[in-house]
Amino acid sequence: MPSKFVQLRRQVTDRFFTGLAAGLSVVVIGALVAILAYLVLRGAGSLNWAFFTQIQKPVGESGGGMANGIVGSIMILVIASCMGVPLGIGAGVYLAEFGRGRLGQLVRFTADVLNGVPSIVIGMVAWGLVVVQQKHFSAFAGGVALAIMMIPTVTRATEEMLLLVPQSVREAAFGLGIPQWRTTLSITLPSARAGILTGVMLAFARIAGETAPLLFTAFGNQFWNLSPSQPIAAMPLQIYTYALSPYDEWHRQAWAGALVLVLLIVGTTTLVRFVFLRRMMGGAR
Amino acid sequence: MATAVEVRDLKAWFGKTEALHGINMSVESNHATAVIGPSGCGKSTFIRCLNRMHETNPEAKAEGEVRIGGMDVYDVPAVDVRRRVGMVFQKPNPFPTMSIYDNVAAGLKLNGTRNRKTLDEVVERSLQQAALWEEVKDVLKKKSGASLSGGQQQRLCIARALAVNPEVLLMDEPASALDPISTAKIEDLIFELKQKLTIVIVTHNMQQASRVAEYTGFFLMGNLVEFDKTEKIFTNPSDKRTEDYITGRFG
Repeated sequence: MPSKFVQLRRQVTDRFFTGLAAGLSVVVIGALVAILAYLVLRGAGSLNWAFFTQIQKPVGESGGGMANGIVGSIMILVIASCMGVPLGIGAGVYLAEFGRGRLGQLVRFTADVLNGVPSIVIGMVAWGLVVVQQKHFSAFAGGVALAIMMIPTVTRATEEMLLLVPQSVREAAFGLGIPQWRTTLSITLPSARAGILTGVMLAFARIAGETAPLLFTAFGNQFWNLSPSQPIAAMPLQIYTYALSPYDEWHRQAWAGALVLVLLIVGTTTLVRFVFLRRMMGGAR
Repeated sequence: MATAVEVRDLKAWFGKTEALHGINMSVESNHATAVIGPSGCGKSTFIRCLNRMHETNPEAKAEGEVRIGGMDVYDVPAVDVRRRVGMVFQKPNPFPTMSIYDNVAAGLKLNGTRNRKTLDEVVERSLQQAALWEEVKDVLKKKSGASLSGGQQQRLCIARALAVNPEVLLMDEPASALDPISTAKIEDLIFELKQKLTIVIVTHNMQQASRVAEYTGFFLMGNLVEFDKTEKIFTNPSDKRTEDYITGRFG
């Protein structure tokens, strides 16, 4: 039986560290809440129907909105996700299930380096790969730039999550005579689904707010465009332009745009998690 | 007496270390054969060579001859072997994302069987053979395999292995993670199952070997020291090392 003093000391230490952990959590959540609150404060007032339905009005005229930017951003993000997510997951599966040799090491290293490349550099790469070849800016070029940014995050998240699936689960499948590709597709990947989804959503949230890679790929556009082969408006670009402008009206719209962008990201993330995780719960667990 | 598994000069390696030094054994069909021995003696490695699970470890290698019902195990694709030789592992390992039904049907479904009626029949038959049907029949598609108790999970894994209708069932310490009641259930099952197929069971528990198996092989440091009728091994072993082990002098 420990003495009274030792007991007391343990209690105090326990309280202290529990309190510390709780306090730090509050700081982290507090930062997020503060950002959201400030955006609502500054931006909510300028949100109206026109903001979501109209495009930019000429300077001097009041009103107008960011409809083209919202649609443009969604389009670029869809293009980027369609390329980046399958490539990233594919590479992650390779690393976790097959990539033990030299090539695996190389892919893993490349993904880590790519993750650290500044976004403006990735914009330049996409510019060289797509814009220079096609001789014009386009939504597609913006999508390529953001897809490149997505790949390393998705790859590493997929790998980590697949490695968390116990080896015994794979053995169970092999023991039934199920081939390796089937095992990966129907058993290992579904077991890691929730984690991979989180990784994909992190990557998505990161690229959704990127401005630099779009500067000379998607380029921005003051008018309506729905063609992936034409320059297109995007919310981060518009927020950037508006915030730098000398007009109060545009400043207010930039705040509103920032708020909408954050809500767009939060909304998509929540929706995707809800849809996929509910499907996963269906039938089992 | 019919031979289900014929092993000739089987050697196995992990990297450069030889783990099995040339094993010879004939396993009689429709009987249970126990494999006993101290930790690290190669008994798990041995049965994992019988369905070529040994080589799923990238470092591992095996050599020799294993014949199961006319099939040379090392001469055909590994997946074909594993469809005819089922395996139950030490720790219950149901597929975590699948319902009870899907767990049992997995072996058939993922190898291409789509017919709903066939699947329903196989699932019911396998769960009955594994003595789990009565406990789960109302929640087949509602509960996940992982939500069952440890003992139930292990019987689910047995049902899953039985669903593909194997000739031989390998059991790698199937009860070592279970409580005595669940263990007794698994042992009862083994009695039922050997009417239909051949069982090779690795066990740490010598009483278990004497209860369930007609034949017993004693492994030591990668060698099969003695292989005989279980009764003979436990009452009158011919090798001094076997006697030392079963009387508890080491291991």
